[in-house]
Amino acid sequence: MKEFFAQFAIPHPSLLIYIAMASMIIGGIALVAIVTYFKLWGYLWREWITTVDHKKIGIMYLLTALLMLFRGGVDAMMLRMQLAVPDNSFLDAQHYNEVFTTHGVVMILFMAMPFITFFFNYLVPLQIGARDVAFPRLNAISFWLFFMGMGLFNLSFVIGGSPDAGWTSYFPLASNEFSTSVGTNYYMISLQIAGLGTLITGINFITTIMKMRAPGMTLFKMPMFTWSALIANLIIVFAFPVLTVALAMGTLDRLFGTQFFTMDNGGMDMLWANLFWVWGHPEVYILILPAFGLFSEIITTFARRNLYGYNSMVWSMLMISVFSFAVWTHHFFTMGQGALTNSIFSITTMAIAIPTGVKIFNWILTLYKGKIVITTPMLYALHFLPLFTLGGVTGVMLAMSAADYQYHNTMFLVAHFHNVIIPGVVYAMLGGLTFYWPKMFGFMLNEKIGKATVWVMSTGFLLAFMPMYITGLDGQARRMYTYSESTGFSLLNMVSFIGAGLMTVSFLMLVWNIWYSFKNSSRDISSDPWDARGLEWATHTPVPVYNFAIVPNLEKGSPEAFWDAKKNGVELFKGKIEDIHMPNNSGQPFIMSIFFFIAGFAMVFSMWPMAIFGLIGVLATMAVRSLEDDHGYHIHAHEVEETEKSYDKGGAK
Amino acid sequence: MAKFFPLGQVMGFIFSLVLTGIAMLVYFTDMSFTTGMIVLLVTAFIQAGLQFIVFMHAGETEDKWSIYSNIFYGLGLVIMTVLGTLLILLWDM
Ligand code: HEM
Ligand SMILES: [Cu+2]
Repeated sequence: MKEFFAQFAIPHPSLLIYIAMASMIIGGIALVAIVTYFKLWGYLWREWITTVDHKKIGIMYLLTALLMLFRGGVDAMMLRMQLAVPDNSFLDAQHYNEVFTTHGVVMILFMAMPFITFFFNYLVPLQIGARDVAFPRLNAISFWLFFMGMGLFNLSFVIGGSPDAGWTSYFPLASNEFSTSVGTNYYMISLQIAGLGTLITGINFITTIMKMRAPGMTLFKMPMFTWSALIANLIIVFAFPVLTVALAMGTLDRLFGTQFFTMDNGGMDMLWANLFWVWGHPEVYILILPAFGLFSEIITTFARRNLYGYNSMVWSMLMISVFSFAVWTHHFFTMGQGALTNSIFSITTMAIAIPTGVKIFNWILTLYKGKIVITTPMLYALHFLPLFTLGGVTGVMLAMSAADYQYHNTMFLVAHFHNVIIPGVVYAMLGGLTFYWPKMFGFMLNEKIGKATVWVMSTGFLLAFMPMYITGLDGQARRMYTYSESTGFSLLNMVSFIGAGLMTVSFLMLVWNIWYSFKNSSRDISSDPWDARGLEWATHTPVPVYNFAIVPNLEKGSPEAFWDAKKNGVELFKGKIEDIHMPNNSGQPFIMSIFFFIAGFAMVFSMWPMAIFGLIGVLATMAVRSLEDDHGYHIHAHEVEETEKSYDKGGAK
Repeated sequence: MAKFFPLGQVMGFIFSLVLTGIAMLVYFTDMSFTTGMIVLLVTAFIQAGLQFIVFMHAGETEDKWSIYSNIFYGLGLVIMTVLGTLLILLWDM
């Protein structure tokens, strides 16, 4: 019995972990108490846990992403604090390994991915004039699988120990021999569960975009964000199965003693690195394309012009969807393959910078002669352009395989990818959030605090990451938990720490802004407060369940349908209100995902009876679903009319 | 009568049996490894295409272009990935 419980202990505990444990338990109890006290369980179950509404599922993705941004951010601060001064002992080597591993996984897979999925969910149906996604219930399954994967991964912190082999989890380091705790089991299994959710999202959104566009909306009339969502989901559907297979093989190696990634008995440790990056490079484009889409929406709105080079934008994304699968070797130029291979992949990598550059020029030409209005979302976009370009240029430097022997696995590389991911992805997410905030919540975020936030964030970003380019070239390796005074890295690392501190301040300013605006902002805003252009602004705020009372007609429309309606009098809503068919809520996705969680947790600790129980639960919920008849329900025309009238009467608009 | 007789499907079925037969030759006759592999790969791809078009009705809907472009996109990626991997891990190691 004692042995049974001993396996759940943290193998390498510290005071920090105990404090975190205690605060998590207290926080959990407090949360349950509050929900119970205010009798919110029923509300939570009816309105959120069982929902299939794409807008609500989107908002749940958003909340998870923000929560994970916080967790990943705390990790980041700990890393920078440890490196701020030489020979520091704030974290020991083992803890440092765990923290950079969880920082990477959390930020990419549990922060950036749900953030873009939030935008897919919230925006795509509105932009194409649909009432929901193609498979609403499947969408709920996606979310809950992702959520359980996220929960399982974070559990590793307090039960059994965190993974410590890097977010890339290279074998043989990640094998049982060198990673002895269950941490890497958590990695393999939680990413598997969350990845399944992502794959389902991909299928769902491709179908939605191909099949559910409003009449008259041809592919080349789609708003740019929808295009970017289509391409990103296409890449998801072709890239994620590779991760699934790699994780399954890794799991088999760790739990059942197979020899896929071992160094002898016919195993091939480099196969993991290969498979990981066959998924991993497309993954970075999965993140950046929707970000590009959001910037296109923001820049056209606030340059008061239509997008320059719509077709070239689309074609460059289509090119990226192919090329992003042809460059993966650039992540391991130094692993021993010959010059021929490295040269081929150097060239493909440089080639992919071309379509990316085309997009940059398109935005600049959109700004050119535009009547630029500087708002918070626009400020994010204007900071994005130069900063991201810098990151792209250092990417091309890394792409030269001969030179990469110098840069690889130094802080230079770390500077590169933060330089593309923060101004590229994070700015797009926060700019997009500010932009669409009034549509979702019916009030605007404060512009003054918002703009100050952007400036503090960019200053912090430059201070935190520019020094890394220098120390990297001077030889500071990544993932080293400390360095000695004599290396001369101390000053620049201190600067990085201060920069990271400023970035933390900027995130706190964002939180403050939300609170401040919640208290003070006017609720009396129109449904189009930014004078925007896309179809998503053509419906009321807050958006009714059915999105559009009448399905919009885009025979005469363009990608900027709402602008056409406002300025050129194009009639979007023809005909009269009819009964609307909507999907029913269901608790099954949640229950099924709980079974996945149980099975996953049991497998982490090789508790087979419990794992089998969980998997049977999964199959049983599937069986229940396939025997069920669910025809959805109708909102009758007169109810729709009443709802529409309530918007006309002032109040909510 | 011709309308009710699924000629295409019957032919497809016979053809897929033939393909299976050819693939089985690899086991029952004494081929070199390379020839065997080639026979298997070629028959497998034809078989997949056949199943796809005749029995899974690709190309019978209005948006068949999206189904076919999806298939070719996927095939392209698979070939690229497999050849690239072989290059990295075997041929140029
Ligand atoms: C102009 C386009 C780009 C080029 C040419 C480029 C090139 C490269 C190269 C060659 C490496 C590997 C360097 C090494 O390990 O030594 C790399 C790493 C990386 N890049 Fe980029 N990149 C580009 C854009 C992006 C974008 C847009 C993102 C993400 C949104 C991104 C994210 C990453 C990440 C996460 C890594 C490193 C992962 C790791 O080793 O942990 N890159 N890039
Ligand atoms: Cu890459």
